[in-house]
Amino acid sequence: MISPVRGLCVACALIIGLPAHAAIKVLATTSDWGSLVTELGGDKVNVYTATSPLQDVHRVDAKPSLVARARSADLVVATGAELEIGWLPVLLRESSNSKIQPGAPGYFEISSALRLLDIPTAVDRSMGDVHPLGNPHVQLDPRNIATAAKALSVRLAQVDAPNAAYYQQRGADFQARWQQAMTRWSAQAATLRDVPVVVIHKDQTYLIHWLGMKELAAIEPKPGVPPSAGYLAGLVSRLGATPPRMILRNAYNDPKASDWLAERVKAPVVLLPFSVGGTPEAKDLFGLFDDTLRRLQAVAR
Amino acid sequence: MGHLSRIIGPVAIAAMVAPAAVQAADDVEALRAEIAAIKAEYAQRVTALEARIDQLETTATTAAAAPVEPPPVPAAPARTSSAFNPSISVILAGNYADLSQDPGDFNFAGFMPSGGEIGPGERSFNLGESEVTFAASVDPYFTAALTMALSAAGETGVEEAFARTTSLPAGFSVKGGRFFSGFGYLNEIHAHAWDFVDQPLVYQAFYGGQYGQDGLQVKWLAPTDLFLEFGAETGGGGEFPGTRLGRNGLNGTTLFTHLGGDLGDSIGWRAGLSWLGMDAEDRAYEDVDSAGNAVVNSFTGSSETWIADATFKWTPASSTRRQAFKLQAEYMRRTEDGSLAYDVGGAGLNDSYRSEQDGWYVQGVYQFNPRWRFGVRYDELDPGSTRIGLVQSGDLLAADFPLLLPASPSRITTMIDFSPSEFSRLRAQYAWDDSRDADTDRQLLLQYIYALGAHGAHKF
Repeated sequence: MISPVRGLCVACALIIGLPAHAAIKVLATTSDWGSLVTELGGDKVNVYTATSPLQDVHRVDAKPSLVARARSADLVVATGAELEIGWLPVLLRESSNSKIQPGAPGYFEISSALRLLDIPTAVDRSMGDVHPLGNPHVQLDPRNIATAAKALSVRLAQVDAPNAAYYQQRGADFQARWQQAMTRWSAQAATLRDVPVVVIHKDQTYLIHWLGMKELAAIEPKPGVPPSAGYLAGLVSRLGATPPRMILRNAYNDPKASDWLAERVKAPVVLLPFSVGGTPEAKDLFGLFDDTLRRLQAVAR
Repeated sequence: MGHLSRIIGPVAIAAMVAPAAVQAADDVEALRAEIAAIKAEYAQRVTALEARIDQLETTATTAAAAPVEPPPVPAAPARTSSAFNPSISVILAGNYADLSQDPGDFNFAGFMPSGGEIGPGERSFNLGESEVTFAASVDPYFTAALTMALSAAGETGVEEAFARTTSLPAGFSVKGGRFFSGFGYLNEIHAHAWDFVDQPLVYQAFYGGQYGQDGLQVKWLAPTDLFLEFGAETGGGGEFPGTRLGRNGLNGTTLFTHLGGDLGDSIGWRAGLSWLGMDAEDRAYEDVDSAGNAVVNSFTGSSETWIADATFKWTPASSTRRQAFKLQAEYMRRTEDGSLAYDVGGAGLNDSYRSEQDGWYVQGVYQFNPRWRFGVRYDELDPGSTRIGLVQSGDLLAADFPLLLPASPSRITTMIDFSPSEFSRLRAQYAWDDSRDADTDRQLLLQYIYALGAHGAHKF
């Protein structure tokens, strides 16, 4: 039998002990960063992902439920480079949470650890949805994931100092598994080098850059600007001379434009997960690249 | 080894050349000395090379052992003169109006005029309010913003000018300055983000468009997964339905709470309950009495409003079709209690006054295509019960207060808008407006809205 005094002591210990064992709350803007935080933080983190993989992350509502999550978050993991500019600033402001404001340790931008591509030399809104800080769709190059993971591990250890050793060990373990996977992917990717492709939006740039594919054209004449009939007709005739092997469509893209073009230039559309959860196979970051390569190879072969 | 062959090479050459050149012992001696010199020189070089290799190897090991830092973000050149400038955003708006009734005699039958932005505006082409916003962090503790409205006539007004805290603990934030009150749903939202050209009738009749406050707001957000926010405001209370009071202290208290969350993956919702209470002193309005004389009447007393609001927004999370549907409704009930003075400049009669009035609207906006939206709104005002002491006592007739004669203003509005990008919107709106106690006003409004520069994210 447990004596009342002993029971009370146990209860006290449990209550006092709770904060030390409680997982830190992380708000990730996309499923990719949610998945990365889970890889690096294990059971020491409690991750909430703000968007679904089929949503366009440029256009998301600052829903009350997200404000509530931001209020109690210990760490926000965002892409940065102004990808989430349409809604994240509102979340941060409305959250009244000083821990996650830009500049605080609880605010982490993946892109801050990376060298971005497509940094425009001049910006003007007439150029469409240009990102002045560079192309923010960084998740489709596994080397970016490795680099970002290192910086994120350091940040997790900073935000949750008592578990620093745990994050360091888990980070090292992830890096080892990731390097192994990258070796495998690089071998698979060899067949995709110089394959000519057409994209919809400029958000597969990092994938194309990593795989050494050739981007012939984009269906959007300018980022975020839907194509006109005249532009599409011009695109079809232009691609007639140099036909693409495939048209890349992200899971979140409306299939209409890519299907239309596929029919005319006689090239297959390859559906890519784009983000973790974009296809049923892309269950985590490893699955994202496994599935992306598998789908590309199935057509390139 | 590479460096050994480098020594052997010249030595061997020297050795082969030597026998052919044997002419004299002196020559041999000279050669020997030369070879010795070469040997020494090469030995020196080898040592130097080995040292360099060692050094390189050590550096490489240290580099591998050191934690790999993320590549530093390329530092932008220091532009000290402009780096701290606030971000600037400019909104340009305007419309073309075709109205079947004269907009000059617009009023809400049964309601004391709010004196603000009411009615559909002028006929034909009109420049709307141009809005300029400057916003920036003040320091690590505050952010601040100034929004100026430039009217078509060239008047500059300060719409909002406030600072708010960024680093208070425990979910608190404080805002001070001039700001749109946080009650209800639409009150805080700037005109360029409205889903229709104009505000619902209830906002126009009760606050003259939007209720602003020169004062202080405190908000607290609960640390729960359900969105739960409480707010309180107080200030000078200078805007309708209040007035500045001829004494020290505060006027115009707002209390509000909002609750919100998700229903499944695709529906976000928010609901709220708010209370607005204030005093009015000599709040004057113009009317025409039963004899046809223009008079100025004024109200002194208390004004209390309850506001209930609810908003649902459906954005399918598992579909690539960029569709959305937003349903929102607000109900407001106002009680005013005090005295009403008739013809303050002339007869100066004064007696009690009490009114209980309410109004509501419900609107739905369907985004059926990424760039196109269609919306419908229904508005209604109920003048409720109004007791005018001067009428009850028989001193005056109800017809001496024609603007307060009971009527039931209502309006049906439809709109369709097209947004070529996030920064431009073209809208057509058609309304059947029964605000006046006269014929229906058929209003066609064609509107444009352009956003330039930094554009802040919109609230839910």
